[in-house]
Amino acid sequence: MKNGVVRMISASGILGYGFPESSLKAGLERKPHMIGVDGGSSDPGPYYLGSGKTFTNRLAIKRDMSLLLRGAMANKIPMMIGTCGGAGGEPHLQACAEILHEIAREHGLHFKLALIHAEQKKSWLKDKLRAGRIKPLGAAAPLTESVIDRSERIVGMMGPEPHRAALEAGAQVILAGRGTDPAPWAALAMHHGMPPAQSWFAGKMLECACNAALPKKHDCLMATVAPDYVETEPLNPELRCTPLSVAVQALHENASPIIHKEPGGVLDTSACTIAAHTERSVRVSGMQWHPQPYTIKLEGAEKVGYSAITFAGTRDPGLIGQLETFMQSIRESVATKVAALQVSPEEYQLVLRLYGQNGVMGDWEPIENPTSHEIGILAEAVAKTQDIANAVISVTRVTLLHTDFPGRMCKEGNMAFPFSPSDIERGALYEFSLRHVVEPEDPLVMFPIEYESV
Amino acid sequence: MAKLKDIAKACKSKNAGPFELTLDIMFETAETFEKVRSTGIICPELIARLYHVPVTSVVFTEYAPAFAYKATIERRIPSGAIGDTDVYGAQQHAPLLDVEIPFESELDASPVDSHDEITL
Repeated sequence: MKNGVVRMISASGILGYGFPESSLKAGLERKPHMIGVDGGSSDPGPYYLGSGKTFTNRLAIKRDMSLLLRGAMANKIPMMIGTCGGAGGEPHLQACAEILHEIAREHGLHFKLALIHAEQKKSWLKDKLRAGRIKPLGAAAPLTESVIDRSERIVGMMGPEPHRAALEAGAQVILAGRGTDPAPWAALAMHHGMPPAQSWFAGKMLECACNAALPKKHDCLMATVAPDYVETEPLNPELRCTPLSVAVQALHENASPIIHKEPGGVLDTSACTIAAHTERSVRVSGMQWHPQPYTIKLEGAEKVGYSAITFAGTRDPGLIGQLETFMQSIRESVATKVAALQVSPEEYQLVLRLYGQNGVMGDWEPIENPTSHEIGILAEAVAKTQDIANAVISVTRVTLLHTDFPGRMCKEGNMAFPFSPSDIERGALYEFSLRHVVEPEDPLVMFPIEYESV
Repeated sequence: MAKLKDIAKACKSKNAGPFELTLDIMFETAETFEKVRSTGIICPELIARLYHVPVTSVVFTEYAPAFAYKATIERRIPSGAIGDTDVYGAQQHAPLLDVEIPFESELDASPVDSHDEITL
């Protein structure tokens, strides 16, 4: 640690979103103590956690990871990636590890690798549930064993402790499963002796990289952590951090801009002073860390059925003028025809989204009688099997096209279908199934670390 | 009177995790923010009314360092669940745009002041 500060880079918002190579080069010239990047988010929805697929593209992940790995090796500093592969489950972690090995082979790189696993054993979770160590968050109901059983995959969101343990064991590259976004940077700063408040705050600033800068871009951000302040600076000379841009980052995707709940404590920024340090960098001081009982947030996804959709538009003013009754007649007619296929109402749901009406906001739409010359109808069938979903959407398509209504002029068909085939199989549908925290025995027990000499 | 869409720098919505939606209203200058704050129009009750949620469930923060308000509410349907219309929660901001603020119009064009330091 030079001059009692720790310098850390965040390469981009998410691994695979890209960053200018020149920004990374400029960052490495500043002799940072690590390069990190966040690999995931729950934002793209439950599909990725449920299916085990990554939501960033393999080629894009490889490009980013290759630059970071080579930069880290050349400078003998750790490369740390949190929430690998988007959702941070076992298949996501393995997908990233496989890319890492490929890069290492191609460039002849050798290092000590730590893989930190975040997927949870159902038997362990049930033990914790029976012991009363799993609590609901927000409006969630208490967890049940059947929810655990039904979940396709459950991950814990690790804190910085597993990363710290890997650093202490001498790992040069850390690929981690699901974690709280600031975890890699908070860990590195605390590993070098920085206090929790400043370490966590730096992680919070770095997790979305240049989201904390102006103009917002997928680009590299540097944070300098001292025992009593954190400075942030974008590594692209075209960008700058201002007190306002840094304050705005605190608003991003958080429930509160001043109280950030994390494993083992709360980061409190209510007494922060945010000041311009140079024209392009900002110094923040006064952050506080209040220790709390140690909990780990759980995320899970369960398969709730199979989906098929069809999309159509209507341009008929007569139909649009009686849209509500028309759609009601569609629902009734589809129910009758589907019953004739020996499919019971419990086996499927028909979801109709009406664009031009309330397709975006549903029941929250404040405009009661919208006027539009055309309406887009996205019909979705969700069913126990793909075959049933396909059958229901097929019936729905025909019914939308040919159902009669009072004053009908468009007797050849009510709908414009843009595609042939018009019906689209969407496969398995997942929902987030957990909104709970668990109280583990210690911060490491849920996150086994596997070391490997690459 | 002025509408928020005419005086705010940003009115936006986004997921805060899969089950919550967070709404941010941001202003360009401390002056505009303070003027709006002095009217008391932006409050948990307003968010509860616009989004049909109980006022006790609104997590509401005035955030002076960013000249901003933040309100966090339960999503109508969890992200990506059956019937959801907005997986990222990025298009649930529109009801905020037409909120009327009793506000003299000359302030609309108030100059951007540059802040060297902000203290909460």
